[in-house]
Parts: sequence; structure tokens; C-alpha cells
Amino acid sequence: MEFSGRHKSARFDDALFKGVTFFFALLVVLLMVFIFIILLKESMPAIRQFGLGFLYTNEWDPVQQRFGALSAVYGTVVSSIIAIVIAVPVSLGIAVFLTEMAPKRLRVPVGTAIELLASIPSIIYGMWGLFVFAPFLAEHVEPLLIRYLGFLPLFRGTPLGIGMLPAGFILAIMIIPFISSVTRDIFLMVPPMLKESGYGMGATKWEVIKNIVIPFARSGILGAVILGLGRALGETMAVTFVIGNSHSISASLIDPATTISATLANEFTEAVEDIYLSGLVELGLLLFFITFVALALAKLMISRFSYKGERIG
Amino acid sequence: MRRLIAVFTIALFLTAGIVCGASAAVINGAGATFPYPLYARWSFDYAKTTGLKLNYQSIGSGGGIKQIRSKTVDFGASDAPLTARELAEYGLIQFPMAIGGVVPVVNIKGVTAGQLKLTPSALAGIYLGEITRWNDKRIAEINPGLGLPDEAITVVHRSDGSGTTWIFTNYLAKVSKGWEKKAGFGTSVSWPAGVGGKGNEGVATYVKRMPNTIGYVEFAYALQNKLVHVKLENRGKKFIEPTAASFAAAGQGADWKGTPGFSVILTDQPGKDAWPIAGATFILVYKNPDDCVSAKSVLDFFDWSYKNGAASARALDYVAIPKNVYDIMEESWAKEIKCGGKPLWKM
Repeated sequence: MEFSGRHKSARFDDALFKGVTFFFALLVVLLMVFIFIILLKESMPAIRQFGLGFLYTNEWDPVQQRFGALSAVYGTVVSSIIAIVIAVPVSLGIAVFLTEMAPKRLRVPVGTAIELLASIPSIIYGMWGLFVFAPFLAEHVEPLLIRYLGFLPLFRGTPLGIGMLPAGFILAIMIIPFISSVTRDIFLMVPPMLKESGYGMGATKWEVIKNIVIPFARSGILGAVILGLGRALGETMAVTFVIGNSHSISASLIDPATTISATLANEFTEAVEDIYLSGLVELGLLLFFITFVALALAKLMISRFSYKGERIG
Repeated sequence: MRRLIAVFTIALFLTAGIVCGASAAVINGAGATFPYPLYARWSFDYAKTTGLKLNYQSIGSGGGIKQIRSKTVDFGASDAPLTARELAEYGLIQFPMAIGGVVPVVNIKGVTAGQLKLTPSALAGIYLGEITRWNDKRIAEINPGLGLPDEAITVVHRSDGSGTTWIFTNYLAKVSKGWEKKAGFGTSVSWPAGVGGKGNEGVATYVKRMPNTIGYVEFAYALQNKLVHVKLENRGKKFIEPTAASFAAAGQGADWKGTPGFSVILTDQPGKDAWPIAGATFILVYKNPDDCVSAKSVLDFFDWSYKNGAASARALDYVAIPKNVYDIMEESWAKEIKCGGKPLWKM
């Protein structure tokens, strides 16, 4: 009797627990839906007025009240690509070093230092970028790029230390801790037996890493990269400080540009006219879509590339 | 128990707040960032003498206009005056509180403050992206002997919407047909050239850090950051140094009485010593306020500031409103602001 009573109440507890956790999970979904609906509703005036032209025109003229998102979308995508191109190899290197090469007493301090980097607020990166990194780029890096790679249209212009490339650099520095610490954790999960077998067959360290560790961790690495990409796409303050905030599309990476989130941070406070505000909200909606598409693509790739154990080496 | 006491203490403070609210212990305002240091100073001094606190959020002129329209604050503040038509539509009146100047600043090797002279057409040409090098003939011929470098000009502008930009572009649109057609004026515009810095401090930093740049900032920022300002030619064909006196000269020449709603724009003013890119910053209040007690407190505060705030304004590099303008202002308060049909302000 007593036992069954206890059993009953335990069952009720379970149901309650399930209900509560389900409610929490639902909350996230509801929040997403609400955000989407509000963004859509607020951007309706702009969608109605500019139609699809909003996506492919480059005019951003608050005086004439004509808006097009192309330069902001272009800046968002390109600065994030630069960041990923720089951050991924560096992060992989860090993760490999920490898990496979570093002496034991170095692993913890270096790992902690990288995790600390991830917790620095982005405004600090922005200020550091503006006061320290930008002058360094302007004096030492960009003149060299212009001199030796200036035959490419990518590296022409005045070396300001402010522009698309510096923004990409800062973003890379910001996402390296994310990608490298996640990748390190995944590398640590590679079964030692697999690696030992590799070494047992006479493989070098490089071969073990290339043929066993990285293939095993493939989907996890992709996940880490997506995490970084997500942060790069939405990063606001650090980019606003160094990208130059110019609504223009230039072939040169040295020239100033702008991103969606930088535009929002800059212009929201003084957007008095309804259509201006609505245009800004539509930019936000676009960012929502871009992030969503990037995530969806990533999920797809993860499921295709995930390690199934079929081929090693 | 300790928690209970804490709750009671908080409740006590809250009720105290409500009771004092009857005489408006706090007046709330929001708007322009440019006069924020000045209003903060005045409010500090005013609280010391009267115990009345002013809570001012410097969220930008656009935000200030929005907040006063939705009646969440007792007064709004804007750097760009509303037009008489807008004022009538929203049921607001506006009055100027202080005058400031926008100053072009440069970073050219060997050029010190006040050395470089610019004409309106040269300044507009630079910002239009038509004059691209410092040794361009159009700059060099007004600056003989200055030895300007053969370097590309980097134009710096504000990336955020701002009353400073409004004043600056309003000036450019007045002096250059090309600018009026291509960019026009507003709190943010479609810039033909250059990089954007966030806030006065953003522009100041860019100009300070990057060689061969030109930017524009509020005068106080130019002073605080020790930036190199230029001399600008005014309507009287005289090259003017930006000083509190030359801003005041721009304010004195303006036709305050004849302009409906005090929508006076102080750019390109005729006075012979007037700095050409000056502007007033305005306060917005309701003509028929819902909350008469707070409305009266707002007027009391600004009246006190007109009368006692000139010295602290000067110390912060602002120019107080001239006495003759203040008299016109008070007249309009007495005439236009009404509470239950009766004038709220008695002269």
C-alpha cells in the first residue's frame, strides 16, 4: 500500500517534471516565432514600398528615404568569410597542439587562456581594434599588401587600418577561442585506441592527426565552425568600430564597408521616419534569414560528413 | 526578518517618492546628446539649490522627439529644430537652450590648429569626393605657403544619426548646389565619400589616428581631443576662427522674433564675425500639458538655467542664449503654454 502510494506520487512528479521541461523547451520555440513575427510585421512597410529591390539595390539614402540592403548584406557575408578563412586553420592548429603536441603542464594554462579570450566583451575587442590594431595594420600590414598584392583589385586604396579586412581580422580573433576550444574538446573524445592503433602501425604524428583524429572529429569541427560563423555574422560593436561604416560595395578589402548589425547599431537611435525604421527592421529580418540559412546548411553538412567509421586512412 | 525590514524600507522610499511626486521631485527629459554635459551640469547645480532633480537621457535627437510625442518624458531635446508645421501638428512648442558650433578638423603633417583655411566650396568639394588630394589647386590657392602634401584626402563622417551631422550637412547644402542635389541634409545622409565613425568621439579618434584626414566634430570635442581645426570663410568673405564668440555672433544675427516656432537655423549666418556652422539645441514641451505640475517644473528649471547657467555653459564650451532671445522666449511661454485654459507661465 505504502509502496504503491509512493509509486503514484513518483509518477506524478515525473509527469510534472516532464511538463515543466517541455514548457521550457517550448518557450525557446515560441520566442523564436514571436521574434520572427514582430520582425516581419515591423518590416512590412519597407517590404511593401521597396519589394524585392531592397535585396539587390545598394542605395541607402535616409534623406530621400530610399533604402537597399545590398551593401550591408555584402559586408556581413564577406567579413564573416574572411574571419572564417583566417580562424579555422589557426583554431585547428591550436586544438591539435593542445591535444597532441603540448607538454602536459602547458595544456591547462594555454587552454584556460584561450577560454578567457572567449569571455572578453566584444566592445573591448572593438576598442582594442580601433586604438591598437588599426594603427598597426595601417602602418605595417596594409602598405605591404598594397605594394606586393596591389595588382589584385582586392588590395587597392589608402591604408587606413579601417575597413573590411580589419573587420575580418578582428572577427577572426574573436571566434578563434570558440572554434579552438570546442575543437579541442572533440579531439579529446577521439578514442585513444584508434590513435594507438595508428601509432602501432608505424604512422607518424602527422599521419595520425590527418587520417584518424580529424576525420573522426569532422562533424564536431564543422559544428564549431558554425558556432564561430554565427557569432561573426551577428557581431556588432567590434565591427562597428573598425569597418568604417560606409554603405558602399568596393572590390578592395582595404576600403571601408558596413554590415547589417553595424548599420543597426549606428542608425537605430535617430531613425525617426517610419519607413527608415521599417527598413532597418527589414535588415534585421535579413540577418535572421542569413543566420538561419547558414545554420541549416551546416546541419545538412554535419549529417553528411559525420564519421560513420567506414573509412580511415 | 531582515528581508522583511528591507522590503518595508523599500516600500517606505517608494511611498515617499510618490508623495513628493506631487511637487515633481524628478523631471524627466530625453533627447540630443550634444547638450548632455551642459544639462547634466545645470541639473546638478539646480538640485543643490532647489532639491529638484532632472533626469536626462541622452538618447539622440530622434529618440527625444519620439519620446516627447509618446509623452513618456516631460520634455524632449533636439539639435535640429522642428518646423512650425510639425510643432503645430504635435501640439509642441520649442525653445533654444544653448548654441554650439560644428568644427571641421584635420590631421595633416605640419599643419597646426587654425593654419589651414577653407572656403565653403572647398569644404563641400572635399566631402563630395571631388577634391581628393590635399595639394589640389582649390585648396592650395587659399593657403599659399602652407606646403600641403601630395596625399589622398580621407573624409571622415558620422556613421550614426546625429544632430551634429544635421547642422553640418545643412551648411553644406546651403553653400553647395552639388551637395544639395547629391546628398541633401538630415541627421544621417547618403555620404558620397569617406569612412564613418560612431559618435563625436569616433570621428575624433579616426581623425587623430589617421593621417591626411578631415572630419567634423562638436567644438568641445575638438578642444578636448586637441584636434587641429580649420578656419572657415563665412558669408562676409572673412576667414573665421571657431570660438565661443564667433558662435554667439551667429546666434545674434539670426531673426529669432520673425521665425515661427523659433525654427532658427544658425548655419551660414550673415554676421561679419559669425562662425558659419553654428547651431542651437532645442527643448520641446507640450502647449497643453497633461501634467501641469511637471510642465511648470520644466519651465522653472530652464528659466533658472537661462538666468544662472551662463557661466557653467562657458566653462563647458557652450554658448548661452543671448538675453534678447531669452526675452522673446519667455513671452512665448506666457502666451502659448496653457493649463486648463490658463497660462502656465507668468512673466
